[in-house]
Parts: sequence; structure tokens; C-alpha cells
Amino acid sequence: MKCANEAIQLMHKHLDDGLNEEERKQLKQHLHQCDDCQNHFHELKRAVAMVQSTSAVQAPPDFTAKVMGSLPKEKKRSGYKRWFKAHPVVTAAAIFFIMMFSGIFSTWSQDQQLSVSKQRDIIIQDNTVIVPEGKTVEGDLVVKNGNLKVEGKVNGDVVLINGDHLKASAGEVTGDLNQVDQVFGWMWYNIKKTATDIFSFTQ
Amino acid sequence: MEIFIKQKIKKVKKGDHSAFEDVVTFYQNKVYQICYRMLGNAHEAEDIAQEAFIRAYTNIHSYDENRKFSTWLYRIATNLSIDRIRKKKPDYFLDAEVRGTEGLTMYSQISADEDLPEEEVESLELQEYIHQEILKLPAKYRSVIVLRYIDELSLQEISDILDIPVGTVKTRVHRGREALRKKLRHV
Repeated sequence: MKCANEAIQLMHKHLDDGLNEEERKQLKQHLHQCDDCQNHFHELKRAVAMVQSTSAVQAPPDFTAKVMGSLPKEKKRSGYKRWFKAHPVVTAAAIFFIMMFSGIFSTWSQDQQLSVSKQRDIIIQDNTVIVPEGKTVEGDLVVKNGNLKVEGKVNGDVVLINGDHLKASAGEVTGDLNQVDQVFGWMWYNIKKTATDIFSFTQ
Repeated sequence: MEIFIKQKIKKVKKGDHSAFEDVVTFYQNKVYQICYRMLGNAHEAEDIAQEAFIRAYTNIHSYDENRKFSTWLYRIATNLSIDRIRKKKPDYFLDAEVRGTEGLTMYSQISADEDLPEEEVESLELQEYIHQEILKLPAKYRSVIVLRYIDELSLQEISDILDIPVGTVKTRVHRGREALRKKLRHV
């Protein structure tokens, strides 16, 4: 049966990926001569056919439903996480705005104390900043969380945040008088101030 | 069909839970078939096939979209089946067959419903016999034979699924075929 080994290799090759013309002739010729090999080849093909004939089994009817039912539930947090990963720009912008607004609101609400820019010759009475009669304040004047009464003269701009300007007939302000009492107004004022600072700096 | 599945997989990757349902429906019989032929009983096959889909779902982000999804899925299923065969202890299920009375449960279930014509019983018996003979093959031959002849995959695909060289697949198919030939020649 020495012939068999080579022939059997050819048989398997035939069953796997086919033979070329020469190999096919060789096998055919051999099978004609050798009954054992012919029998072997027949049995192989038959075994394959039998294996292939085993009818296809079907998954149980509720298979899909069972699988879907036992999938791990998505955690809500991972849902957010995925969203954040998918939208990095939006996430960055959102974080930026949250930080900015919380910063502004916190400084706004913490800052309830009366404060006044350092100037000479001004008097603070209770909640009111007074520029006394006959006195001149040089430079800008900023009053936060308090009222302002100008009886003398202010040689510059006046900014009033969260307070009233109590008019006095004699008072005089040479520059602009800004009154701010809303948080957005205050923000706008800050932005404007930063802008003008930058411009005056460059100039 | 590949395109349809690819779209579904993309959706699953984006977190669309329900898109996976179509994937399961599409592949359930193929995956179940592999598990059933590898493990030999319906209970375990269902168990492992379900596990395979769940693994596929939880690891969907490690699936490379440039490759065939079926290859990846079958790989999970065959690996799980092989693991189960290795770990297999003599554990018994209600529907498992009693040794020596092969195919008992199958026939008792069917014949309870209706009387089958003689030839059908015969062909069922034969199929059950072949099924048992496949199961008697060592796992490494069994897996290639199942993938090659029952799932009708190419040698290259089997090589991808089992992560072994094509040459090794050929050798195993060759030996598996010879073993089956010896067992089935007198049927």
C-alpha cells in the first residue's frame, strides 16, 4: 500500500482546494488501477457528504429575546461619557461657560461690601460716599455697593456699581457717569473696561 | 448583507442597543449551530451561543471594522465552545442524553408529538449517529470539521477564526476527515 500515501494526499487536496490538471490526471489514473484507493476515496467523499447532510439546527425561537434580555444594561454615566467623547468641542465650550459664569456670579454675590477706589478728600457716611463741597477728586472714581453724592467736583469718570447717584445740584462730574446694577451690566462693564484698558495701553 | 451588518455594527458601537437585535437575529442560527455541533447538547449550545453574543456586544469596540464580522463572531463562539469542552465536568442537564442510549431525548421529544414515517425516523437516526460521531472527534479536529462542512467556511476563514495557520487547518481537516471516514464507512 505504498501507493496510497501519495494518492491520499491528492484526495485531500482535491477535497480542500482542488487539483491542477496534472494532479487530477495522476489521481484519476491511480484510482483506475487501485481498488483500495478508489474505495478510500469513495468513503472519504461519502463521509463528507454525510457530515454535510446533518440538517441545519435552528436556534430556539426565543433566542434573540433572551440575548437582548441578558445584555448588560448601559450605565447612565457611561452614556454621558460617550457623548462627551463624541463631542469634545461642545464639552470644552460648556466647561468654559460654566467656569466663567460661576466665577462671575460668585464674585458678584460675594462682593456685598462697600468699596471705593482710593481717592483723597472723599467722605464715607454709612452707605454713601460723599465728595464734599469745594473739594475736587482727581481721576476716576469707582463706587461699589454704595451710593454716591457728589457735592464737589470729580475730575474724571465715575462708575457706580449697585448703587444710586444721589444728585446734588452743585456736583459736577467732568467725565462719564456710568451706573451699573445688573450682573450682566457689570459683566459688560468689565469687558468694556478690559477692552479700553488694552487700547489705552497700546496707545 | 455584509453592508447591512456593518451599518448595524456602527450603530451598536455608537450605543444603539436595539441595532444589536438585528445582528443577533441574523447570526443566531449559525452561531447556535457551531455551538451545538461542538458541544452536542441543546442546553449547553444555547448557553454558549448566548454567551458569545453577549461577549460580542460588550467587546464591540475591539472589533476591527475592516475585517469580517462573522469571522470575529464565530471566533468568539468557537473559543467559548472549546473552553467549555475543556472544562467539561460530568455535569448533567435534564435534556442531556443518557450514555448508551444516544439520541434518546431527541426521539422521545419528537415521537411524543406525532408518528413519523419510517424513512424519516431512519434519516433522523442516521443524522443523530453522524452528529455523535462528529462529537467523538477530538476538539481540535471537531472545530475545523464543523466550520468546514457544517458552516461551509473556506480554509482561510477557518484559519482566521481559530487563529492558526492555513497549513494547520488543512492538516486538521485531513485528519478529521480520515477519522470520520473510518467511523462512517460501515453505515
